[in-house]
Amino acid sequence: MAKVKLAESKINKIKEICTSFGNKPGEAINVLHKVQGEFGYLPAEVQEVIAQELNVSVAQIYGIVTFYSFFTMTPKGEFPISVCMGTACYVRGAEKVLDEFKRELKIGVGETTPDGKFSLNCLRCVGACGLAPVVLIGEKVYGRLTPDGVKDILNEYRS
Amino acid sequence: MHLLVCGGTGCNASRSQEIAANLKSSLKDNGLENEVQVILTGCFGFCEKGPIVKIMPDNTFYTEVKPEDATEIIMEHVVKGRKVTRLLYTDPENKQHVADSKHMGFYKKQMRIALRNCGYIDPQNIEEYIGADGYAALAKCLGEMTPEQVINEIKLSGLRGRGGGGFPTGLKWEIASKNHADQKYVVCNADEGDPGAFMDRSILEGDPHSVLEAMTINGYAIGATIGVIYIRAEYPLAINRLLVAIDQAHEYGLLGKDILGSGFNFDIELRYGAGAFVCGEETALIHSMEGLRGEPTFKPPFPAQSGYNKKPTNVNNVETYANIPIIITKGADWFNKIGTEKSKGTKVFALAGQINNVGLIEVPMGITLREVVYEIGGGIKGGKEFKAVQTGGPSGGCLTTKHLDTPIDYDNLLASGSMMGSGGMVVMDETSCMVAIAKFYLEFTVEESCGKCSPCRIGNKRLHEILEKITKGNGTMEDLDNLRNLGRVIKDASLCGLGQTSPNPVLSTIENFYDEYVEHIKDKKCRAGVCKSLMQYVIDQEQCVGCTACARNCPVNAISGEKKMPHFINTELCIKCGACIEKCKFNAISIC
Repeated sequence: MAKVKLAESKINKIKEICTSFGNKPGEAINVLHKVQGEFGYLPAEVQEVIAQELNVSVAQIYGIVTFYSFFTMTPKGEFPISVCMGTACYVRGAEKVLDEFKRELKIGVGETTPDGKFSLNCLRCVGACGLAPVVLIGEKVYGRLTPDGVKDILNEYRS
Repeated sequence: MHLLVCGGTGCNASRSQEIAANLKSSLKDNGLENEVQVILTGCFGFCEKGPIVKIMPDNTFYTEVKPEDATEIIMEHVVKGRKVTRLLYTDPENKQHVADSKHMGFYKKQMRIALRNCGYIDPQNIEEYIGADGYAALAKCLGEMTPEQVINEIKLSGLRGRGGGGFPTGLKWEIASKNHADQKYVVCNADEGDPGAFMDRSILEGDPHSVLEAMTINGYAIGATIGVIYIRAEYPLAINRLLVAIDQAHEYGLLGKDILGSGFNFDIELRYGAGAFVCGEETALIHSMEGLRGEPTFKPPFPAQSGYNKKPTNVNNVETYANIPIIITKGADWFNKIGTEKSKGTKVFALAGQINNVGLIEVPMGITLREVVYEIGGGIKGGKEFKAVQTGGPSGGCLTTKHLDTPIDYDNLLASGSMMGSGGMVVMDETSCMVAIAKFYLEFTVEESCGKCSPCRIGNKRLHEILEKITKGNGTMEDLDNLRNLGRVIKDASLCGLGQTSPNPVLSTIENFYDEYVEHIKDKKCRAGVCKSLMQYVIDQEQCVGCTACARNCPVNAISGEKKMPHFINTELCIKCGACIEKCKFNAISIC
């Protein structure tokens, strides 16, 4: 992975977050939530600073980041697309909708388009099963989606 | 008069906030803002027809309301007292409008105990909860009952854990109470990770105080002073409502020091999950709370002996807690008359899939699957044939037509090769392939296995590979034996509940749909038309009018033919995406 040099201000922000949790290793998950909220993702360099502040090994932090699906080490697109793959959506055709997104955007799951505009992910059940199949773009929920509707929705964001 | 607008996640996604805002402004336009209240409530359960607006006291139930409809509701219903017929629910059988929700098939057989307040009160207002008998149970416990009496009442009620395992709740509390320590903890498991189940979230969003009250009672009963709610970070609305509720409870002296002047101290904090299914297992959950990877550990020691921070810890699920206050106020004898011999009370199910009435339902234990699917659920979508119901999510199995009249409770579900699980109920019709469904769940388990023990980490991966092979048309009959043997080994040898149940979807589909597996293997056929490798698309030369719609929409140009002449599919090029079938208006394309 390419090394990202962290700006001094960013390092200070991370340190500030760690201090707000008392630099306790037991707060690692809360720290990671907060830091990801701040930066959008958790690259290795950020993890190194956190490990140092909480006085644990980088491996331990890396272990946590890779264990939980909520944490990501790759930046998301400007408009993150999440296709619900819960059972209710699956039996109502979520896979076809996902295939259509892949084809339209020419990226796979977990990837971001080269222009940084869209990223594609799957998630498990947003709980809007009545609207299945469901897709989230950012915070906006699109329900009862068919493969036909994919292009129109993407066009809303493309212009 | 009250206008109740559903503020659950489903309806929220369909702009219910906007509906509430429009209702309010329309009331203001008519000078009625002080007479009529608009309340954003928790989930009504009938998500299929959302967003829902219910008008009290006359119980009028408006479905699929749009923000633009707000003015009409105010002008017609509120001002002129005439119901807006076009927004009423239509009974699918007799096509009559049903005004009163009590007469709707969806609600008739339901019994709302855990969801008693969802859709009735404003979850953000503690006074409404108190007005609905809220915190009366806590006052009763602290004022009139000893901790032993509280535990005894819960034991007598027969309440069992609603998170899936079904362990008797009272017994769990008793064990935790008997372990002495300087500090004990009460933990609420709100890490609902089962795809297709959303009852815990609905309770937290619609009635957060019931969980806070129950945890406080739990703390009093076992001698704990700190409660922790472990909740998924993916549930921002629920988190928000809990934080508001905790603040209000503090303000009213119902949390914190010397609660209700009893000398009992109790406080609740939140911990955020970060997306790991295995964290539903209590030992894994506790490790995650400690800021570690959520990997399970061997039991014993049980959390009741050594849990969070190595102290005695009692872990219960959200729905279990939601039952506690009402058991205390109405008494164990009231509760244990509901349900079956060994499963008392009600269970909340998330009804989803190919069914007419998708939503959240609460039914007494012992109800039959037939009643749930055909009466509450309103039957299969599009009048298709019922095939199976999957219960228990990735840990459960499939129930089929032969189970339609079996009373649903913990033990009957286990005996049928499934389990209660957290309450996901996904209905499938003839368009679902059971081999593909088993593979779908295995994909989930493989991804979510924490990797600590090898039967689960490696075994499930192998199960998935064999299923992949069968759905590709390369399976052998020997594979079926391998699936069964391997499945049994994984169940026997895995460390935690995830691995011990993960082969269930495979084993139960082999058991109930053996013919379908054999068809995939021997005839290379998928009767549901799901397994792409086994399908071929063919254009019926008689039916095709040569409109060229299919050829124009084929993404790989596999369809050729002259205008107004029958077309052909080149099966070598065809990627079996199904785009042509969707575009054909003449039903000329079929899968065989």
